[in-house]
Amino acid sequence: MSSILLTGGRVIDPSQQYEGVGDVLIIDDKIEKIGPRVRNDVSGRDGLETIDCTGLVIAPGFIDVHCHLREPGREEVETIATGARAAAAGGFTAVCAMPNTDPVTDNQAAVGFISRQASIANAARVYPIGAISVGERGESLAEIGEMVAAGAVAVSDDGKPVVSAHLMRTALEYARTFGIPVADHCEEPTLAKGGAMNEGIVSARLGLKGIPAEAEEIMAIRDILLARRTGGHIHLCHMSTRGSVELIRWGKERGINVTAEVCPHHISLTEDAVEGYDTNAKMNPPLRTADDVQALQEAVRDGTIDLIATDHAPHHYDEKEREFADAPNGIIGLETALAVNITWLVTTGIIDVPLLIERMSCAPAKVFHLPGGTLRRGAPADVTAFDPNTSWVVDPRKFKSKGRNTPYGGRTLTGRNRYTIVGGRVVHRDDV
Amino acid sequence: MTLSLGKDLLGLEPLSSEQIGLILDTAEPFKEISERAIKKVPTLRGATIVNLFFEASTRTRVSFEFAEKRLSADAVNVAASGSSVSKGETLVDTARNLEAMRIDMVVIRHGASGAARFLADRIESNVINAGDGTHEHPTQGLLDMLTLRDRFKRLKGLKVCIVGDVLHSRVARSNIWGLTKMGAEVAVCGPRSLLPNAIDDLGVTVFTRIEEAIEWADALNILRLQLERMTAGYIPSLREYNRVFGVSRERLERGKRDVLILHPGPMNRGVEIDSDVADGPFSVILNQVTNGVAIRMAVLYLLSGGRPELAEAAKHAGGER
Repeated sequence: MSSILLTGGRVIDPSQQYEGVGDVLIIDDKIEKIGPRVRNDVSGRDGLETIDCTGLVIAPGFIDVHCHLREPGREEVETIATGARAAAAGGFTAVCAMPNTDPVTDNQAAVGFISRQASIANAARVYPIGAISVGERGESLAEIGEMVAAGAVAVSDDGKPVVSAHLMRTALEYARTFGIPVADHCEEPTLAKGGAMNEGIVSARLGLKGIPAEAEEIMAIRDILLARRTGGHIHLCHMSTRGSVELIRWGKERGINVTAEVCPHHISLTEDAVEGYDTNAKMNPPLRTADDVQALQEAVRDGTIDLIATDHAPHHYDEKEREFADAPNGIIGLETALAVNITWLVTTGIIDVPLLIERMSCAPAKVFHLPGGTLRRGAPADVTAFDPNTSWVVDPRKFKSKGRNTPYGGRTLTGRNRYTIVGGRVVHRDDV
Repeated sequence: MTLSLGKDLLGLEPLSSEQIGLILDTAEPFKEISERAIKKVPTLRGATIVNLFFEASTRTRVSFEFAEKRLSADAVNVAASGSSVSKGETLVDTARNLEAMRIDMVVIRHGASGAARFLADRIESNVINAGDGTHEHPTQGLLDMLTLRDRFKRLKGLKVCIVGDVLHSRVARSNIWGLTKMGAEVAVCGPRSLLPNAIDDLGVTVFTRIEEAIEWADALNILRLQLERMTAGYIPSLREYNRVFGVSRERLERGKRDVLILHPGPMNRGVEIDSDVADGPFSVILNQVTNGVAIRMAVLYLLSGGRPELAEAAKHAGGER
């Protein structure tokens, strides 16, 4: 039996409203005990690894329900192994891999491949998300039942919207049969067509085609209404506008089964980051206005937005080194998410550390029905220990991810992950 | 400290009114060179300049080329077709290869907004934006202002209305920044579907009726309407556009006073501008073209490190670089 004792940290587990300075004991791959003086019970125990967590927060491991690991198809950009290691470095003990791979993860064999590569990686857990439609072409439903049996935890055509309202309706009904959420990338394609950034004063000045907020909001309300019709669970990916927040609030007030996520970049940066045509500020949905950022931060606080997800999207540096309109969308996020969230949400006083843990760990586990998100006895020993106060300068060259495409390079952020434990094994130790 | 333009000319938005004034003033002595029998001064002798045109252009490219030649620079034209660009080479590789040939300046025309800035950030040579996507076309803005200043002897307080497809126009943006910095009042006039949604935040007046614009303005700068705007659904038809927004002699005559007519070219006669307006007594469209060479000479001269007070001297015989 292997055992790990984390000592002297601020143990915070929102799943059981627990908070106190103390220890966490892990035996094999399960949480055994948390409390102020667990160390007294186990002193002198054979094979006990003790990790001093003085000054750190010990929390259930973070779970990212939205990332792009690029394997199969673009292994030069990221692999499941490098993505899982990047996740572990960022304090994530589990991530969900989006299916817009090449070939698309739209069948049980492809889902099984993701799980197998993840088990070899030996870092954060990786849960596959299957495609809604065959080839993400938006025409006919993929074999969702078989994918769920093979380990898919949700379905999504992320990267693309489900254009057909009928297909979305049937996807919600069909996925409901298997108890999984349908995660949608909300984008009305005729409004968003050719757009490279938020439509507004900055796009007018820079001469870039804009994507209006309504491109997202029209699809968000369509999906919410279809969830009302079908009773299915719609999960709205990467929400970016005040209008979307208001629509989600409307849906939740009526008891509609809608959940939503926001990305760290949408609660921290505005369209001003595009100034100078910085392709590392290009993503879809685009960075919006200060007013949108404020609404999203507030929505994280009041729970209208259930959880924070990274939309980690690695690209080769060559692909981003080009004219803005031609550069691909997306930035990496696994290794900066914690610090961005602490810097823009916690140090600003919008939320406290327990609520941050709720949004990054407990809520993702609950919304996607995943193990983890708790330090209850008998739960998987997926634990993160982080320093919420230390500052560091982001150096993309040091990332475990193969991606370097981040708008936070060179910025000083607060909060850093120190230890990541997955299934009772330490998969990441910060070099300090 | 002497006023300078810095390394590049990427747009008029980043420039101060002093810098814009400097370019306009520097262009004055260069105008005369083009009127001589031997249109050449040795000012940029030994400088190598590449005109890198990723979009088809006759007027702007020829204008830059004459400006370069009249200053005795060695200029090479690179058109996107027939070059490695059409074989899939990236802009950054093109830039590095040009730099490796030790050139002094690049004049770039490109279909992507921000392309000139992209190039300028990556090479040591001076970069002049000859039009990037729907962003800016600073030398066009400058030559428009020089033409207005020639006629009105001032820019401050002048009322200029830009007519047409402001949404997709780099000429409009450069004019808006340049004119407002110089104290002119700027308005735009066109169908709302061809104005940026955020136009009201750009500090300009908006007219949706051409008659009101004519009534208000000292000068109209009439933009070219691209045929694609109709197929892309921004307007119903060129015919209706002409009926509603076309600048015709009848409309001008109904106005209370004379209005100067500018057009950056190439014109669609009978669409945004009627022939009798284009060829009429208040048209300065060809003066714009003449001034274009002087403005580009001034920009090349200033970016190459030429001191403004020497521009007059450069005009007379052998000014050293």
